[in-house]
Amino acid sequence: MGFATSQSSMNHQSTQSSATLNGTIAIRFTLNGREVEIAVDPTERLLDTLRYRLNLPGSKEGCGEGECGACTVTIDDLPANSCLVPTFQVRGCNVRTIESIPTSSLQPMLETGATQCGACTPGVVVTANWIKEHSSVLASHTLRALMAGNLCRCTGYDGIIDGLEKWIGNPKGGRP
Amino acid sequence: MNVLLPNSLAEACDFCAKQPDLIPLAGATDLLVHWPLRQAEHDKTYLDLSKLQELRTITWSANSLTLGALTTYWDVLQDPRAKSDFPLLIESARQVGAIQIQSRGTWAGNIANGSPAADGVPVLMAYDASVALTSKSGTRSVPLHEYYTGYRKSVRRSDELISAISIPLRRYDFAVFHKVGARRAQAITKIGLAMTRESAKPATWRVVANSVAATVKRCAAVENLLHAGAPIRKPEDFAAAIASDVTPIDDIRSTADYRRTVMARLLYHSLKGVSPAIS
Amino acid sequence: MHRLEGLSKLSGAERYLDDEPLEGALKGCLWGMTVRSPISRGKIRRIAYGAGFDWSKFVVVEPGDIPGPNETYLIENDQPVLAPGYVRHMHEAVALVAHEDRNLLRRAAASIRVEVDADPPALDFRVAPRADQIQRGSDNLIKKLQIKKGDVHAAFANAYKIVEGEYETGAQEHVYIENNAMSAWIEDGPNGDVVVVRGSMQCPYYVLNALKHALGRDETRVRVIQAPTGGGFGGKEDYPSTIALHCALLTLKAKRPVKIIYDRSEDMAATTKRHPSLVRHKTAVDKSGKLLAQQIEVILDGGAYVTLSPVVLSRGIIHAAGPYTCENVLIEGKAVLTNSVPYGAFRGFGAPQTIFACERHMDRIAHALGLDPIEVRRINLLKDGQTTSTQQTISGGTDRHALLNETLRVSAYDKHKRESEAFNKTHPYLRRGIGIATVLHGAGFTGNGEVYLNSKVDVGARPDGKIEVLAASTEMGQGTNTVFTRIAADAAGYDTADVVVGVPDTFRVPNSGPTVASRTVMVVGKLVERAIDDLAAQLGQNGKPLRGPSLKKAITDWHTTNPGKELKGRATYTPPPNVKFDDKNYVGDAYATFAWGACVAHVEVDLRTAAVRVLDFTAMQDIGKVINPVLAKGQVQGGVVQAIGWALSEEFKFKDGGMLNNTLTNYIIPTSDDVPPIRVVFHENPYPFGGGGAKGVGELPMDGPAPAILNAVAHATGADARAIPLTPEHLLPLL
Repeated sequence: MGFATSQSSMNHQSTQSSATLNGTIAIRFTLNGREVEIAVDPTERLLDTLRYRLNLPGSKEGCGEGECGACTVTIDDLPANSCLVPTFQVRGCNVRTIESIPTSSLQPMLETGATQCGACTPGVVVTANWIKEHSSVLASHTLRALMAGNLCRCTGYDGIIDGLEKWIGNPKGGRP
Repeated sequence: MNVLLPNSLAEACDFCAKQPDLIPLAGATDLLVHWPLRQAEHDKTYLDLSKLQELRTITWSANSLTLGALTTYWDVLQDPRAKSDFPLLIESARQVGAIQIQSRGTWAGNIANGSPAADGVPVLMAYDASVALTSKSGTRSVPLHEYYTGYRKSVRRSDELISAISIPLRRYDFAVFHKVGARRAQAITKIGLAMTRESAKPATWRVVANSVAATVKRCAAVENLLHAGAPIRKPEDFAAAIASDVTPIDDIRSTADYRRTVMARLLYHSLKGVSPAIS
Repeated sequence: MHRLEGLSKLSGAERYLDDEPLEGALKGCLWGMTVRSPISRGKIRRIAYGAGFDWSKFVVVEPGDIPGPNETYLIENDQPVLAPGYVRHMHEAVALVAHEDRNLLRRAAASIRVEVDADPPALDFRVAPRADQIQRGSDNLIKKLQIKKGDVHAAFANAYKIVEGEYETGAQEHVYIENNAMSAWIEDGPNGDVVVVRGSMQCPYYVLNALKHALGRDETRVRVIQAPTGGGFGGKEDYPSTIALHCALLTLKAKRPVKIIYDRSEDMAATTKRHPSLVRHKTAVDKSGKLLAQQIEVILDGGAYVTLSPVVLSRGIIHAAGPYTCENVLIEGKAVLTNSVPYGAFRGFGAPQTIFACERHMDRIAHALGLDPIEVRRINLLKDGQTTSTQQTISGGTDRHALLNETLRVSAYDKHKRESEAFNKTHPYLRRGIGIATVLHGAGFTGNGEVYLNSKVDVGARPDGKIEVLAASTEMGQGTNTVFTRIAADAAGYDTADVVVGVPDTFRVPNSGPTVASRTVMVVGKLVERAIDDLAAQLGQNGKPLRGPSLKKAITDWHTTNPGKELKGRATYTPPPNVKFDDKNYVGDAYATFAWGACVAHVEVDLRTAAVRVLDFTAMQDIGKVINPVLAKGQVQGGVVQAIGWALSEEFKFKDGGMLNNTLTNYIIPTSDDVPPIRVVFHENPYPFGGGGAKGVGELPMDGPAPAILNAVAHATGADARAIPLTPEHLLPLL
């Protein structure tokens, strides 16, 4: 992933979690439960690192501007748009992608029609799974508000919200 | 691209002192928008503050709440005391982007980025927050309402970093926040309003608007109307004060007319009955 | 039956084009980018490739590199593949560049300046062009069509009242979440090298025809394969032909594989949109609200090239009179050339535009007569035996009055109406209201379109006894593969596990027509059934077709005695009996059948901000037979929400004919928090000539919401809004 004309240079003040190598930053982080060491160009976005270098293309690019949420991953247990994260910022972090979520758990989402074309779906599922794992947030937020960072153009959202209610066993998730 | 990765605020300040054109980076949610298309900006030098744990603090003291510069919207949403003491912080944080942005975006970054549409800034200004600017030579405190000098311009010197935001603990008997966007989430503000009334005697009003001027702005003329107890009977009664306070424009998100009219209506309907002069 | 590929999509395992590693056929792949016009009309003086780049290391394609005619094959071949010295819209493709380093390519592409001499563009389709703006014929007209029934003028002379109105709809962007994506490479074939194109698309044979034409090759030397497609909505109907040609030209010049992936802003700025429209109604009514004459003028903005505008206009005018009977109708339609990006297919294909006008106008008629909008619809709704504007006699047994009554019941129309009116008396700044629309949608191609398409489906009988459906109809999220599997299994008496749907690949599948016009289940699904009938008949004895296990056994036995040979069932489209359309005079059966619907919107308007929020929405649809309830419901809910966006927030901002707000930040589609749960009710009345008894479902949901919402806004506030999107900025002055 060279940048032939960019003046990629590096930081000479190496830190605990970063070192420099050929104009790149060497970082370590936990990815889907496994330690990863990789040298990244400072300009790399986490989304591109995951998709093009770490063979995890489940996260999608829908807009490249943090609106659609198709690239959602969790970083240190919080949802984030991986298109807006410079990869070097995840040094020392715990990153989870769609690939970490067991397929067998997704049956409720299948049954309600939470996916149609599937392009927004990985991001939807990552956010949904995070809500499922942190259902206390439903005390202060509706499912529809929590899912608002994941744009879907196919389902009209009902299939997603219904599936999520079924998945987390919460009968009233949508509008209160 | 060059990225400097300091281990401490002091080290970060050293970098700033040496290189005046560094671009500080916290949550990166503004910087990386359409990043692959903005190749020219890949050639600049950035200062990554994201790992400075000393800036990731929320501190309550007897007189104030201090948000370290890396405090995110989500951090404040999770703070057990914020909702009772500074409810507008919660209201505005919930309306920033969506959770994927709230989790990464920082209040200080919102201030530093300097967008007139910044969602975090009006409520901070309405709570009379001040900004701690730290450099090699020390830290100075600037009231947030004096921070901006023009469109995306501020009093921050190139050798300074925002290290914290301090919000005085005071009693308010009125506080309201409105964000008018094109949808309920993931929206950039077309017109926003944060208002507080301190219950001291005499009461102090703070009225802050965003997306209606080159910067987020305290509305002195509207505040004067309220302090004077001028009788207000309809939204249009705010028109003159609004015209003196803000300079909205037509852009791809809204129109100047819409912004002015809605600002008047929000002021009127929010304040109706709050003070005897407004009915 | 659940969506076949559902778990693969939910788990992120589905591989879209850009998800695949650059291995195999894509080894050594280059990235391609498009150099675009900076103006909306003018002469290209020069393409200046920026200094500081070694251009010999890049692959550059200009119009001279096109082996065949520089034309994009469609209705008229007026759209060039690359603008040949003259551009007709902002962001029109003028050249192509490729390199293996994507970031270097981005920098290099940004350095290219297209130097131009601007000519005056025509940018407003509503006004007649000035002489210096004329670029087609004497008036920039792309197409003119007329429907005539009875004598409107005589009816106007005797009318109790005449109600007139002018209605406008804006452009709409599809916002499929997967942007356009295409790859191309070269393979060896028996007749020479083969250009293979694989990508995100709705219509592989449209792409094939475009490649054949501009590359000057026959179908043995071009091959088109559909990749998993992340949404289309019409946006990947005709546009993929362009990007496929671009990819193919680069790969031919580079002699290496090439991939073009648009980013969102390029996709939004440069690809097709829904046609903006202006519709004028002049209606004669009697005292009871009965329609005596409908005179309707429809004008569509076609954009810079003809593309699909003639057929969008055709569908638009046929739907313009709504689901009503009227003895005197005159509809005149025209599509006009402007120097905007060419407008193209979008879910509904002209019908949502004209139905918006019609349904808003029905409410205005009711208002003018002091009648209830429901009553005006009841009086005029088509009954079986009555005729449409094209004099098509409606039959089929759907009771549209019962459908309307059921919609009112399910939506609690009366209750919401009463409660809203009470609420409005007390609330300082919120106003609630309720609105309705009754709609129809012709399924399949218009007029004789299906006859001309002559669609074909094969079913392959495999040695293991399984049946493989071979059709060019694509899965893009709407559920083609799941529904075809169900239909084929039912027809064959098979378990669904013994049915496979083949990947649309023009070397393997026959042309079952484009995946558009709500035709896949109804038309192509029927062909799947008939191809299986053909297979079963081939293997049957004494004229008795085989089914189920005996069919499976007969297939495996056949392969045992015919090793290595292919066994297929085949079907070709035949129109249902007695369907006749005169496409010269627009008289007769415009569609083999119509799907019917009604919807109710309950809204809240904030008088402070003029923001409209949909509180509740009910959609009732008669789609013949529901093959898969979850998928069908999802089609309706998704269509309704897309229509809510079109009605309220999805506004285009243009500068010099180019889209200014070409980002998802500034082009506002609804989030989950902006819309209520969409209540869907199906009315079943099986259609004997549709696959599994189904009629089209995909487009009908797009037709009703916009007028229902504006009717509700009028009920809530009295605002007589006649244009969408009804953004707060547009509504505020009306309050």
